[in-house]
Amino acid sequence: MAHIKELTKGIFKENPTFIIMLGMCPTLGVTTQVFNAFGMGASVLFVLLGSNIFISALRKIIPDSIRIPAYIVVIASFVTIVEMVLHAFVPAVFNALGVYLPLIVVNCIILGRAEAFANKNTVLDSALDAVGMGIGFTLALTLIAAIREIFGSGTITLFNLSETQRLVITIPGLSESPVRVLTLAAGALLVMGYLKAFFTWRGERRTAKGGAR
Amino acid sequence: MSYIGIIITYVFIQNFILVQFMGLCPFIGVSRNSESAIGMGMAVTFVTAVASVVCYAVYTYLLVPFDLAYLETISFILVIAALVQMVEMVIRKMSPSLYKALGIFLPLITTNCAVLGIAIINIDEGYNMLESFFSGLAAGLGFTLAIILMSNIREKLETTPVRKAFTGVPIAFISAGLMALAFMGFDSSLLTNLHLV
Repeated sequence: MAHIKELTKGIFKENPTFIIMLGMCPTLGVTTQVFNAFGMGASVLFVLLGSNIFISALRKIIPDSIRIPAYIVVIASFVTIVEMVLHAFVPAVFNALGVYLPLIVVNCIILGRAEAFANKNTVLDSALDAVGMGIGFTLALTLIAAIREIFGSGTITLFNLSETQRLVITIPGLSESPVRVLTLAAGALLVMGYLKAFFTWRGERRTAKGGAR
Repeated sequence: MSYIGIIITYVFIQNFILVQFMGLCPFIGVSRNSESAIGMGMAVTFVTAVASVVCYAVYTYLLVPFDLAYLETISFILVIAALVQMVEMVIRKMSPSLYKALGIFLPLITTNCAVLGIAIINIDEGYNMLESFFSGLAAGLGFTLAIILMSNIREKLETTPVRKAFTGVPIAFISAGLMALAFMGFDSSLLTNLHLV
């Protein structure tokens, strides 16, 4: 049962986006549509899972002094795989994510988990940690994207592969007069600031409750 | 596009932090006081300018002739990591005082999205070598501008009463958001009005 803890901690308690504050660039860059958040989340989840398993399996072979370049090569290889697969099978997602897709290489979450977790733990624990962190990241992205899309353009894009294959929920009222600024760059930073404040406030309230008990 | 047009584009219109969100981690992490902000900005500007040229050369003279363009991401990040290491060694040897000022920021730059970001954007936009150099330089200058502005705001915030839940990172994000609103005033019509397109 101890393994389950590795899986669940990434989702809430150590959520990579809101609690540890890692990997900000893709978080804010792609969250204009809910569907983009799914695409980014899935890509990061795959890269994180691959790199964590690989690095954890090789942790006794990689010499300590060159571990960072070795990790970067492993991560970059998985990112290249994701890029090629998305380009070939779902070009719509590939185009929507644009330059943020290759930038997964420098996403601090992945290097951070490799350095802080995968090089000290077994393959199974590392894989569970990666899945948990990846799900936590996806949920955080979806939350930000949902806020920005619902208020910024009055729609929720659940599926958008082409003009004919799409599923968009339109919210009456909001879609005629949306708060357009939320879909722009400034809105992303504002939403992130308020969400971070909310999570800080919630965390403090929980520790205060725990202390009183 | 003229060189001045490229510089205005990447310093103001497509500012790396406030419009494209690249390099947000050091932007939030290192902007507590203006001295370290200037140090970080200078280090990033230097590395983006050099990395743009080197990555352009690697892509055009090595990857394209051998039909290896799909290795773009992996080769760029390795080139950048090696470059940062080399810059660190050269600065340490040539100018110990500059090394003292920039030293601690250099290792952080490898994982700064801005460096890999501008290298990839240069290739996507089809810039030539000199244009790549200017776009790299301008991206770094835009980063420096934003991080210096931010550090001044944060020094003021230190003495301002802020609600407890908002202190530190959240208020920094909100200030950055307001700054980004101001930067929305620079849009691509600026280039047309200045006859730079």
